[in-house]
Amino acid sequence: MDDLLTDTLQQLLKGQCTLQLVRDVEAGKSPAAFWAQLEESGFADALVPEALGGAGLTLATVFPLLELCGSFAVPVPLAHTMLARALLADADVAPPAGSIALAPVAARDGAVLRCPLVAFGRVADWVLARVDGSTVLLPVSQARTTPGVFPLDATLAWDEADFAQAQRAPGSHDLETLSACCAAAQLSGALMSVFARTLQYANERQQFGRAIGKFQAIQHQISVISEHVFAARMAAQIGCHSATHMPQRLRVALAKARTSEAAVEVAALSHSIHGAIGFTAEFDLQLYTRRLHAWRQAAGSESFWHTVLGEELVDRHEGLAIDLIRMTTDIH
Amino acid sequence: MSALDSLTLTAIPADDEALRRPVREFLREHVAQLPAHLRARSWGGYDSNFSREAGKRGFLGLTLPKDYGGGGRNAFARYVVVEEFLSFGAPVGSHWIAERQSAPLILKYGTEEQKRRYIPPVCRGESYFCIGMSEPNAGSDLAGVRTRATRNDQGWLLNGQKIWTTNAHHCHHMIALVRTSGTSEDRHKGLTQVIVDLALPGVTVRPITDLSGDSHFCEVFFDNVQLAPDAVLGREGDGWEQVMSELAFERSGPERLFSSIVLFDEWLAFVRTPEGRTPESLQLAGRLLSQLAPLRAMSIALNGKLARGESPAVEAALVKDLGTGVEQAIPTLIADDLYRRPSQQVPIELLLTLNYVTQVAPSFSLRGGTRDILRGMIARGLGLR
Repeated sequence: MDDLLTDTLQQLLKGQCTLQLVRDVEAGKSPAAFWAQLEESGFADALVPEALGGAGLTLATVFPLLELCGSFAVPVPLAHTMLARALLADADVAPPAGSIALAPVAARDGAVLRCPLVAFGRVADWVLARVDGSTVLLPVSQARTTPGVFPLDATLAWDEADFAQAQRAPGSHDLETLSACCAAAQLSGALMSVFARTLQYANERQQFGRAIGKFQAIQHQISVISEHVFAARMAAQIGCHSATHMPQRLRVALAKARTSEAAVEVAALSHSIHGAIGFTAEFDLQLYTRRLHAWRQAAGSESFWHTVLGEELVDRHEGLAIDLIRMTTDIH
Repeated sequence: MSALDSLTLTAIPADDEALRRPVREFLREHVAQLPAHLRARSWGGYDSNFSREAGKRGFLGLTLPKDYGGGGRNAFARYVVVEEFLSFGAPVGSHWIAERQSAPLILKYGTEEQKRRYIPPVCRGESYFCIGMSEPNAGSDLAGVRTRATRNDQGWLLNGQKIWTTNAHHCHHMIALVRTSGTSEDRHKGLTQVIVDLALPGVTVRPITDLSGDSHFCEVFFDNVQLAPDAVLGREGDGWEQVMSELAFERSGPERLFSSIVLFDEWLAFVRTPEGRTPESLQLAGRLLSQLAPLRAMSIALNGKLARGESPAVEAALVKDLGTGVEQAIPTLIADDLYRRPSQQVPIELLLTLNYVTQVAPSFSLRGGTRDILRGMIARGLGLR
């Protein structure tokens, strides 16, 4: 059942989410037609309870789907939409059609609500924002949009009137954890893609009369890449392990910290092995390594989450470190 | 690629997890009061009394069949017990190698008579083994071993020398990789594993003092040592293959990520005090946690493979290389944190523990296969060589 779901999404993305599409959307083309296909597939409702028309899956079950959003560099917030729709369904708010980006840090600035540097903010239909202790669903069509740092991101601003009319989702929601969970799973997928591409390149590229992968120096760099990718993937799985459809903050902290650390190492090593060609716009590697950096920076870098973990371990935990390690890695 | 995909977050079965409480009670009673700089010796610490007590309570040989005195359980049961041993810094050195790899190796390749003779005392914590692999001219290039067993009318005559043999001076037996035919030019062919009683005439064990002042590894000389015909373990000539399967046991355990855990806990205790708590130390605590936790999950996933009867050699090499890197980073980063502070604030026991771990840290990525050997194995597993 799980494998079937993963295979289905993988086939869909293989056919529809080409790297040309990724390039086009980054360059400003609308992702609406692509999103319509995803909507049709039902994957955006994977975490929504069955009674409300979703698939009612747990977060752990959908981990491979979230990961695929990274391994295909999906240029819309599919992972975020899955979690946002689950959150809305929990709060008895019918999720709207369209994709949803997450804005954990929103700020009122006089009569304007600003959500800075929203991941996928440029290509999303909605933004779910945490403002003054409540959770608000805002339509991107009514926002003033200024470019973010990554081409798919944006800073969005709404006037008081639009904000006042926006749908509220009652309850206390940790959008920071949700965003980081998505970013970690996407990083896991993108790391795996970079690893696979680097391995293939090392086997094909000939220098000094043989494939560069035959040189011990290159082999050891690729071994180190595989170690980081493997550890990051395990961490991302930890982040998505939850008995419910919502992630747990400490597990996500581990996931985002470890995947972010891996992102930096793997991006650097893969570029080192690819040489100049990997540095070109035309070669596909950059579509992934730029994402490794963007998603490492999204939803808190490794140091941010290290402090979250450190406060737990130092201030709220007594006794052996192994007990907190067990609490955050054991599954039942 | 498939090796990486196949390691998924794995649960420790509840029956096996249930062992944690009795083990911990035992360790609180027998180990917790030892000073941290001694507990930091981890599996380098040696106390045969502790091993016998652990054996009496059924904490040794958990994966070995009940018929031979073991616990008849799976790899997870042993994982839980070993994780607790390491977390407390229990002095497990006496039985460590015998219990981890020698007895499982004898179970896999030994004759019925060998199993009955050697395995039960290992499970009781009374019989200790060392591994005779390295020689002066055969370290990472293990196929170059020259120690030779020559067949004679009483069995085998053993001549040669082993080196870097952990705990040989405290052990009863060695399982040695020796040449029984051909020369070192023949590489992997002609190698055989033999069980050597270290009390036999002609065996000389000479401890080597390490840079911390401890002596846990040794030189072992064999001068016309007469072995019985049944000293051969497994099949004559299959030594290389057997040694590789032994190394999969050796590399897959939690000891490849918890060698510095006693230091980490001792440092945390200080960071939890008002004088010890700084923003930098909080961040470091979280950083180390974020390294250790995924590694633990990887180690448990490996145990899942062992429990299913698989031999995840490449994955084990990967976890070991990554794990020993973290083990080595812990003393480095903690030293940076402590020595940026006014020194009178820091408890001397913590500094001594740090000093010990700093000194022995290079060995973490030497024992059981060096970093470069492991990375070569991973590269082979990835199809690069």
